[in-house]
Amino acid sequence: MMASSYNAKEEDGHHSVSAASGPSAGPSAKSKKPDNTAFKQQRLPAWQPILTAGTVLPAFFIIGLIFIPIGIGLFVTSNNIREFEVDYTGVDASSPCFTCSQTYSWNSSIPCKCAVSFSLEQPFESNVFMYYGLSNFYQNHRRYVKSRDDSQLNGDKASLRNPSKECEPYRSHDNKPIAPCGAIANSLFNDTLELFYIDPNGTRTQIPLVKKGIAWWTDKHVKFRNPGGNNFNLTVVFQGTTKPVNWRKYVYELDTDPENNGFVNEDFIVWMRTAALPTFRKLYRIIQKKSNMTPTLPRGNYTLDVTYNYPVRSFEGRKRMILSTISWMGGKNPFLGIAYITVGSVCFFLGVVLLIIHHKYGNRNNSADIPN
Amino acid sequence: MDFNAIRNLISRYCTGEENWVDSRTVYIGHREPPPGTEAYIPQRFPDNRIVSSKYTFWNFVPKNLFEQFRRIANFYFLIIFLVQLIIDTPTSPITSGLPLFFVITVTAIKQGYEDWLRHKADNAVNQCPVHIIQHGKVVRKQSHKLRVGDIVLVKEDETFPCDLILLSTSRDDGTCFVTTASLDGESSHKTYYAVQDTKSFNTEQELDTLRATIECEQPQPDLYKFVGRINIYQERDEPIARPLGSENVLLRGATLKNTEYVYAVAIYTGMETKMALNYQSKSQKRSAVEKSMNAFLIVYLCILLSKALINTVLKYVWQANPNRDEPWYNEKTESERQRHVLIRAFTDFLAFMVLFNYIIPVSMYVTVEMQKFLGSYFITWDEEMFDDEIGEGALVNTSDLNEELGQVEYIFTDKTGTLTENNMEFIECCVDGHVYVPHAICNGQILPGALGIDMIDSSPGPDGKEHEELFFRALCLCHTVQVKEEETVDGIKRGIHQGKGTSFYISSSPDEVALVEGMKRLGFTYLRLKDNHMEILNREDEIERFELLEVLNFDSVRRRMSVIVRSGTGELYLFCKGADSSIFPRVISGKVEQVRARVEHNAVEGLRTLCVAYKLLTFEEYQDICQLLETAKLALQERDKKLAEAYDAIERDFILLGATAVEDRLQDKAADTIESLHKAGMKVWVLTGDKMETAAATCYASKLFRRSTQILELTTKRTEEQNLHDVLFDLSRTVLRQHGSLTRDTFSGLSNEFQDYGLIIDGATLTAVMKPDQDGSTGNYKEIFLEICRNCSAVLCCRMAPLQKAQIVKLIKFSKEHPITLAIGDGANDVSMILEAHVGIGIMGKEGRQAARNSDYAIPKFKHLKKMLLVHGHYYYIRIAELVQYFFYKNVCFIFPQFLYQFFCGFSQQPLYDTAYLTLYNISFTSLPILLYSLIEQHINMDILKRDPSLYRDIAKNSLLRWRIFIYWTFLGVFDAVVFFFGAYFLFDNTTFTSNGQMFGNWTFGTLVFTVLVFTVTLKLALDTHYWTWINHFVIWGSLLFYVVFSLLWGGIIWPFLNYQRMYYVFMQMLSSGPAWLCIILLITVSLLPDVVKKVMCRALWPTTTERIQNADKLYQGHLSEFTPLSSLHASHHKAADAHHLNPRRSEHPSKKLMYTHWGGGADYCTFSSSFGHLGLHSAYSWGGHETSV
Repeated sequence: MMASSYNAKEEDGHHSVSAASGPSAGPSAKSKKPDNTAFKQQRLPAWQPILTAGTVLPAFFIIGLIFIPIGIGLFVTSNNIREFEVDYTGVDASSPCFTCSQTYSWNSSIPCKCAVSFSLEQPFESNVFMYYGLSNFYQNHRRYVKSRDDSQLNGDKASLRNPSKECEPYRSHDNKPIAPCGAIANSLFNDTLELFYIDPNGTRTQIPLVKKGIAWWTDKHVKFRNPGGNNFNLTVVFQGTTKPVNWRKYVYELDTDPENNGFVNEDFIVWMRTAALPTFRKLYRIIQKKSNMTPTLPRGNYTLDVTYNYPVRSFEGRKRMILSTISWMGGKNPFLGIAYITVGSVCFFLGVVLLIIHHKYGNRNNSADIPN
Repeated sequence: MDFNAIRNLISRYCTGEENWVDSRTVYIGHREPPPGTEAYIPQRFPDNRIVSSKYTFWNFVPKNLFEQFRRIANFYFLIIFLVQLIIDTPTSPITSGLPLFFVITVTAIKQGYEDWLRHKADNAVNQCPVHIIQHGKVVRKQSHKLRVGDIVLVKEDETFPCDLILLSTSRDDGTCFVTTASLDGESSHKTYYAVQDTKSFNTEQELDTLRATIECEQPQPDLYKFVGRINIYQERDEPIARPLGSENVLLRGATLKNTEYVYAVAIYTGMETKMALNYQSKSQKRSAVEKSMNAFLIVYLCILLSKALINTVLKYVWQANPNRDEPWYNEKTESERQRHVLIRAFTDFLAFMVLFNYIIPVSMYVTVEMQKFLGSYFITWDEEMFDDEIGEGALVNTSDLNEELGQVEYIFTDKTGTLTENNMEFIECCVDGHVYVPHAICNGQILPGALGIDMIDSSPGPDGKEHEELFFRALCLCHTVQVKEEETVDGIKRGIHQGKGTSFYISSSPDEVALVEGMKRLGFTYLRLKDNHMEILNREDEIERFELLEVLNFDSVRRRMSVIVRSGTGELYLFCKGADSSIFPRVISGKVEQVRARVEHNAVEGLRTLCVAYKLLTFEEYQDICQLLETAKLALQERDKKLAEAYDAIERDFILLGATAVEDRLQDKAADTIESLHKAGMKVWVLTGDKMETAAATCYASKLFRRSTQILELTTKRTEEQNLHDVLFDLSRTVLRQHGSLTRDTFSGLSNEFQDYGLIIDGATLTAVMKPDQDGSTGNYKEIFLEICRNCSAVLCCRMAPLQKAQIVKLIKFSKEHPITLAIGDGANDVSMILEAHVGIGIMGKEGRQAARNSDYAIPKFKHLKKMLLVHGHYYYIRIAELVQYFFYKNVCFIFPQFLYQFFCGFSQQPLYDTAYLTLYNISFTSLPILLYSLIEQHINMDILKRDPSLYRDIAKNSLLRWRIFIYWTFLGVFDAVVFFFGAYFLFDNTTFTSNGQMFGNWTFGTLVFTVLVFTVTLKLALDTHYWTWINHFVIWGSLLFYVVFSLLWGGIIWPFLNYQRMYYVFMQMLSSGPAWLCIILLITVSLLPDVVKKVMCRALWPTTTERIQNADKLYQGHLSEFTPLSSLHASHHKAADAHHLNPRRSEHPSKKLMYTHWGGGADYCTFSSSFGHLGLHSAYSWGGHETSV
């Protein structure tokens, strides 16, 4: 009766005895003993870098040495880009578009036209990209940004008839759904810009403006699609919908080219990509380089014929036309180059400072550390 | 269907509540007492179902949700989510709904699983069969159907199903043996007694005739207290009333041992059992890091509110112009226009809140939880903290306090069992001034021939001989030791070999075992307790029998115990054994002076002393005593108080016999550990119930006090001479003189060249210091006392009652610096202080598991505290500090660009980033690297941390979460955010950056910022990582890759069922542009630059000790971490020499630290060699032990 099981404590005693007489631990202890794996014992092999002046020094010099040339390259490239900008808002009474900007009305059937002349001091050699720029136009306003229906633009028939609520208050007009709905589409930039070269002898030659290739390829071919697939008769497809209130024509009348009409109209697509900042430019046309011999836009006088439809003065906006050549790094933007040069120089400078510090203090530290 | 069930059912619905108040009446077997007694009022008791689960199937969802949303963070995110649902929100409700849902679901699943496990365990318990006596027959029932009043049959090795009153047992004397291992961890067999008048009811039939009621108190959680009375009705009308005490109560959870069966009656069932009442959860402890986290959170909440407010105000200022508010191209809807401007403003405010709400990261809470939960596994996994003897490693009971281990400033340690082994050895005894030493003691093993006595002093005369034998008999009789006989025992505790078989002693107090064994070696062997007679084998091999009449049990207030026995010749003796302070005042004769001198001598040696006294009782005296005890025991109210009074009356007028001395050896490496803790800047206080001299000796042995330490005493002895007021002022003047001459050295424990103070205070004086005074000068006393303590490197508090220990901890805890306290102990008397301290550590000791169960962490030995604090605590602290700071940083980086963007989008709450990015930023793009960092980062090798305790000072006082550092991180976040935003801004500014002249929109802008953001914050963490394992590489590069892959995928197709396609091809288009790449690289570089420069500069110019060690470690390519005393000694020489003339501009302080650092290395070498010495000693011991046992 007394020889009943005597638990844990008994083993303890046993262990203490065996531990005292030899290093062998009981087998029952092993089962509870934690595994001796590197992970569990927090002894995984590891690389243990430390950021010291000594180790960081080379990195700073290297960064400096890499960044400064890049910056110089960028800066030079940016400087080589020709860019010309002309403001045709017509704020001043002296400017040719003043009257147009004054007498503006959405409902006027006769478009107001004005011509702005300018001259290029230097020829634009390669392809020239023609932009329109707007200022103080909040395309990134939240109410504006969300006011669109991407599935309608993607050719979804249901959305065409019943656009998303986000499009309010540009969702329907006269009980008909608006196609394309929303504030962005409604405020599509609708000035027409034409460029003429004035020969020294006075003849005006219109410069051909290419309107293809101004929108992202993926936007044009995937994201934006006309409803009804390849049905070219867009009039039928858009039956039952109405045009946005501010538009003069229906969406299927934007262009004669069926490839560039309806929702896949590139001007429309470009406009639909809302700009990040209130001052922005959008690609309008491309002036292709004709041959290697002549510059695309030779030096001389030009006129910009504007069909002035787009009102901006109510919100103190500005309209610009920009001509720019493009390098591999895009348009003229000295920021990157300057930034690179600055950062590179700062790094180099810091490298020198660190070198001094390292020499002065690090050495002492090290001499204290190294026994010999 | 029996009568009882129906009656129970009726009683359930018909009872009034008036009987509930403070006692209950239990009808044994549900039988009414004979008529004429008080009316039978059935009471309603809960059934025996144990419910430890929190939820049921039905209430899980609502209750769990309620619990979860009671947490302030979850509630905040719920509010944000609801706001998003209600108002026209800038970001989709998914962005905050999904993370919240994720967090809630994960928590719910975890809690649900835990609850399911509890349900399973509950069911197993509730359905296990019990045997109940009904109508004279044994009936099997499921445990949960047991009712109060049922008579239960429990067989050997069964566990009691509820709290029971023992009626009868299979043993004739009505005793049974029980282990309470699962209750309090004490595996010793305890004896329980049946009620004397019912112990003859030994069969089911007999029990059926028993008519009795039990009156007892309502359930209380105290395991060791029970007050009750049984009324037994026999043929005569007058019931017999018997007292019931805790010795009659079998507790649920305890197991019956060595007894064939018992009959007992259920008194407390189900959730009213003492075990269930003890499972109530402890109060939640919160770590200092959590507190600073909450403080930071409030700052961020303010930032959030002010951001929203600023933006709202600016919005309305900006919109004052109607053409800005509503230009022709962007008109409002009719309903929007009609809304009142105040409502609009309020909605806008909420919308801004929603937009910026990510600044308070929901995932931080999850990550912190996960870090704590997973991180605590490293403690349990630690092989070095595994103890082969016990067969257990460290235990983590709460993972909430991991980082608190790295912040400890005060350590309160128990002495016995914590600093010492609690492995008692009888050293000597002293009878009337003659000293007896049993010779040849070897590590608890006794040489077979050790029957002789060595007398140091001259042998006593014939009178002395009589006293001597009485002394030995007294020690043989005055104890509560049990004898356990077993054939196949290879030595538990003190296995003692005898000719016939093996028997050994068990007791809850190791001192008693040591004493009884010591007596055995001196020739008096305690054989057993049989039929209430204690048998002793004396030197002449005769058996003497003493009838045990009364046992006046030991308690920590009286600090003594007594027995009353009747010798064979009929004389009545009262033997008393106890602490000298509780015996000497009660002694009227005997050689007090000699004994006292010896006791003090022994105490100085660090031995535990007990005094033994006796008195002869006349029969009349004995009758009086019996009477006194009986009335006290029968009392239902205040029984303890009455018992104490009775004991006090009985235990007086002693004749002093002598004193004993028992040694308690220091634990392995206790001194080394304490030294390390000191060097780590922690103040170690020893709180013990022992005598001052004993405790002081232990303190010297454990290097708590060094030889150079000037001891300040604040004891009763001194306060008797002077009054307390003067003593206190005296001491504070002494301490402050040194303090004043010192130029503000916060690490006073470190200053070796200055006078080192140690304070000794005893319980009585402490009470006086703490006592609220009439004239209100008490606060003053406390302050002075604290001031003294603050300037002492070590404090010893002796003669402490358990509650006083907690009081001391509380005093320090709430002193004006609010230091982090840690209490470590092994016994039940340490529980109160363990619960009180910020961090409670239990030692899995010999005195049961109560301390370990109530602690936050349990370790096998005191020496493991070193690694626990210096390594684990340090790591957890730096890990969580970085985790918290980084989380705030990365969310500032995340949200601040959105804030800036509002200035460029007409304050329209336009989000900068896409919904997917907003949602996933904290959940997946940046969550894993920091989680992993916070799990495995090691800024210094753990060996160095262990060898260099002074490194602990680098993180003391929550130094990595100071406001300065927090502000640095926040500003770094703001800087980075500004860099991201304006970098992108200037890149996008009115120009194109593609080679085909096409333009990018606002989503590209956001994506560019976001890409830079993700890379920057991840690389920032990479720069902060000092410990790159393959997992780090995998996770850091993996999460960057994941971001890229996700972005490609997210923009790669037209997503069906999504009403916007704004991200379509945005990421790819961005990557197709060279300047975008250049910009990303540039911005990342610029963002990381200041932090790197700051780090490098600080490291070069103002390195912390940690950084110096890192540098040194790197130079040695990890060799420092290996145990190469030669090289480290070398290094220390050079370093120490150089340290003097190093950096003259810096204050003396760090160079001192450096010296210490390496001195630490050297010291370790010493301890290594000294431990070698120990080893040798050990082997000698064990060799001796071998010799003896063979």
